[in-house]
Amino acid sequence: MRRRWDHGRVLFELREVGMSRGGRAVLDSVGARIPPGATAIVGPSGSGKSTLLRLLNRLADPDRGEVAYRERPLPSYEPLALRREVALVPQLPALLEGTVESNLVYAAGLAGEELDAGRCLRLAGLDPEFAARDVAKLSVGEQQRAMLGRALAQRPKVLLLDEPTSALDHAARDAIEAALAELRRELEISLVLVTHDPEQARRLGDWVVRLEGGRVAGCGPLEQVLA
Amino acid sequence: MNLPGAASAATSIQVDLWQVAASLALVALAAAISFWRRAGLERDIAVATVRSIVQLTLVGYAIKLIFEADTIWLVLVLLSVMVLFGAITARHRATKVPRSFVPLLIALGLAGACTLGLVVALGIFEPTPRYLVPVGGMVIGNAMTASAVALDRLGDEVAGSRARIEATLALGATASEAAMPIVRRSLRSGMITLVDSTKTTGLIFFPGTMVGMLLAGAEPTDAVRLQLILLYVLLGSVAISALVATGLAYRNFFTPAQQLREPGA
Repeated sequence: MRRRWDHGRVLFELREVGMSRGGRAVLDSVGARIPPGATAIVGPSGSGKSTLLRLLNRLADPDRGEVAYRERPLPSYEPLALRREVALVPQLPALLEGTVESNLVYAAGLAGEELDAGRCLRLAGLDPEFAARDVAKLSVGEQQRAMLGRALAQRPKVLLLDEPTSALDHAARDAIEAALAELRRELEISLVLVTHDPEQARRLGDWVVRLEGGRVAGCGPLEQVLA
Repeated sequence: MNLPGAASAATSIQVDLWQVAASLALVALAAAISFWRRAGLERDIAVATVRSIVQLTLVGYAIKLIFEADTIWLVLVLLSVMVLFGAITARHRATKVPRSFVPLLIALGLAGACTLGLVVALGIFEPTPRYLVPVGGMVIGNAMTASAVALDRLGDEVAGSRARIEATLALGATASEAAMPIVRRSLRSGMITLVDSTKTTGLIFFPGTMVGMLLAGAEPTDAVRLQLILLYVLLGSVAISALVATGLAYRNFFTPAQQLREPGA
C-alpha cells in the first residue's frame, strides 16, 4: 500500500532554472515543485531529465535560476553533507573496485553511519550473501541493485534515481521496482526518479514532472499530468 | 664527491666536428626508414636534429660561461630557465588536463630544488657549477618526462572514469577521495619507466652517464658509482615531480563545490 504524502509541503523547488551545454539550452526557464514522496521526472530522450536530477544534489549547478531544498537554496548547504542526505544513483552502475561489502563500507564510512550490510542489500533486493561478491563479477542488474544498496548504506532522506532500470531486462526491472516499492513502505524516504517510461512513472510515482525540450510541460499529481 | 677519473676524462678525449657530422648518417638512416615505412616522421626527425644541434651548442657555450664565471647564481638562472621550458614542453603532452602549466612548473621546480638540495646537503656533490649544471639538467629533464607522462595518464583516466568519479562524488566523497585511485595510477605511470629501467640497468642497456664516462676514458668503477648516484637521484626526482604534478593538477578537474567540471570547461 502506498504511503500518503502531504503534497502541500515542498522538498525541492526549481525557479527559472536554465542550463546550457555546448551552446545548446538543456534546461530552459524550468520552474517546478517536487513534494516529499515519490516523484517521476518523465520525458523523451534529451529533454533534460538527467541534467535536472544532477542539479538536485549539486553534482552540477544551473547557469541561471535557483534550486531550493526544504525551502533553502542549495548553495547554502555544505555540498558533501547534502549529497549524503540526498543520494544519487546514476543511470549506469559505477561501483568501486572490490567487493559489494567494501563499497557499502566506503559509503557508510563517508556518511559516518553504522553499516548493516545485510539490511541494505535486502532493501535493494539482493540476497545478503552478495556482500562478499566481487563487483566485477556481477550482472548489470545486480550491480544496479548494489548501487542502490550502497546509497542506502548512507541512510539518505532522499534517493535520486537516474533511469534505474534502463539497461535491464524485464525480470531485473521488476526486481528493482519491487525493491523501490518496498523501500517506500519500510523507510521514511523520498524518491525522485528519472524515467523515459510513463508506465514506470505510473507504477512508482505519485507526483510527476514532465519535461519536453528542456521545458516543463506538466507538473503535478500523477493522475493529472499522466492522465 | 671526488671523481678523479671523471676530471681527467674531461681532457682525455677530443671530439672533432667531422665526427659529429659523420654521425648524421644515422639520422639519415632514421629518416629513410620513416620514409620507406610511411611513418611520417621525416619532418620531425629533421626538426629534432636541427634543434638538438642548435640547443646543445648554445647550452654548451652557456655552460662554458657558467663554469668560467664559477658563481652559483648563474647556475640557478640556468636551472630556472630549464624548469620554465620543461613545464612549457610538458604542458603540450598534458593537453587533457586543464591549466596544467602551474602544477608542472611547481613540480619541476620542487623536484630540482629538493634533489639537488639533498645531494649537496648529504655531501654527495659539491655545490659548484661543474656538478650542479649537468646533474640539474638530468634531474629536470627526467622530472619533465615523468610529470608529462603522469598528467597525460591523468587526463585519460579522468576522461575514462567520469561515471565512477561522479558516482563517488554523489556519495558525498570529496574530490580528493573520488580522484584518489586515478591519481595513484597516474603517479605510477610517471614513475614506472625509470623504475623499470633502473631494474634492467647494466643488463639490457648501459645508461648514458656511464657510457659517456667510459668513452671519455674514466675508470669503470668510477663510472658505475657515478651512474648509481645519478640513477637514485633521478628516482627521487621523478617521484617528487610526478607526485606534485598529479597532486596539484587533479584539482583542476573539479569546482570548489566538489563537482566534476564538464570536459573542456
